[in-house]
Amino acid sequence: MTDKQYAVILVHSTNYALRAEKVLAKAGISCKLIPVPRHLSSDCGVCVRIERTDQEAALQALKAACVEIEGVHEI
Amino acid sequence: MLYVDNAATSWPKPPGVVEAMVHFMEKVGANPGRSAHHLSVEAGRIVYNAREAVAELLNAPDPMRVVFGYNATEALNLALRGLLRPGNHVVTSSMEHNSVMRPLRALERQGVGVTVVRCSPQGFLDPPDVETAIKPNSKMIVLNHASNVVGTILPIAEVGEISRRYNLLLLVDAAQTAGAYPIDVEADKIDLLAFTGHKSLLGPMGIGGLYIGERVKLREFEPLKRGGTGSRSELEEQPDFLPDMCESGTPNVVGIAGLLAGVRFVLERGVDEIRRHEVELTQRLIEGLSAIPGVTVHGGHGAQRQTATISFNIKGLSPSEVGLRLDEEYGILCRVGLHCAPAAHKTIGTFPAGTVRFGLGVFNTLEEVETALEAIRQLAQEA
Repeated sequence: MTDKQYAVILVHSTNYALRAEKVLAKAGISCKLIPVPRHLSSDCGVCVRIERTDQEAALQALKAACVEIEGVHEI
Repeated sequence: MLYVDNAATSWPKPPGVVEAMVHFMEKVGANPGRSAHHLSVEAGRIVYNAREAVAELLNAPDPMRVVFGYNATEALNLALRGLLRPGNHVVTSSMEHNSVMRPLRALERQGVGVTVVRCSPQGFLDPPDVETAIKPNSKMIVLNHASNVVGTILPIAEVGEISRRYNLLLLVDAAQTAGAYPIDVEADKIDLLAFTGHKSLLGPMGIGGLYIGERVKLREFEPLKRGGTGSRSELEEQPDFLPDMCESGTPNVVGIAGLLAGVRFVLERGVDEIRRHEVELTQRLIEGLSAIPGVTVHGGHGAQRQTATISFNIKGLSPSEVGLRLDEEYGILCRVGLHCAPAAHKTIGTFPAGTVRFGLGVFNTLEEVETALEAIRQLAQEA
């Protein structure tokens, strides 16, 4: 059992994060765009933070909308 | 005052455009896609929403394939210089604006073959002539969607069919049509489409862009500029994905905010409704002008086959005299001369003197058309 509450989804750039935000909103999944944690990537953009419990549904929704994902990490 | 220079820049702008630009400057202001704080994300959201709105207008399936730039000219340069290499051949028409002709002539000096397909004196392009011009090394067909001189609409969808049959890319200059005439990049088989914000998309100057379709191989695409994108910042190489690949440096978000409001106005009113209104105005203007002795209307395919851009001359008066007198004596603002399109004027037989051009827009009225006609009647009578 992990104590981590969130998962972050890394995408190409802010453009893709904003697209992901829209897709997730449509799917009824709440998310927040946050700066990419430095230990995950040196990118200066944002990533998509979701509740860890929503991870599977979120990835499915993004896949269905053809939003390319660079990685998923629990934080 | 009567403004009929919408083919150069639409004016006035619909409600909401100025407000959106002021809102961005006063309440958002931050750099999109860079800093990751909430105002930066809000700025990015405006840019993304504009991408989506433009994609919806063009029926482009993927908003990420809409890249923003300075105007249609920059977008055309990006497409032409980004894809054509020495040894390639390109087919274009004799109705093109210098935004296509000048980059092509420069590429020609570098070894790109250019064939200019002759159009009729009405500005009409016969699709089989395009097919005849195709060579084994042809890579692209580039055409304006409608002439900026006489408004003649070119048969984009038919040429799209031809381009697919020969496995060529079709680049469309939609400076005169985006927002005023229906465009469907899927149905019309358009691979690249250049648009500008300040004409029928009803936004400000200094913002435009390029739609880059799925058939364009990004590996072979050279961006005009390279630099910071806010993505892949650990690398000293340019990102290889859209839109970042073609959008280096801080963008014109205040312009994009205005463009978004303009495109939303167009989507709400509907391109078909805008078109219906402009056809009505165009029909009346052509009818009225044609009935005035001494006035020659160029083009001649009728309102259904052209945009709301009408070129004419008055016998005995040079276009520049007409322009000056309309402005000073009647308060009518139009554009005279060659309209940056010498090839088109040679095609319709009005080179080098040029024409008087009325560019009607979505906010012009039939009453205003009558006012303009009365002024032309008086000028023609005195000439």
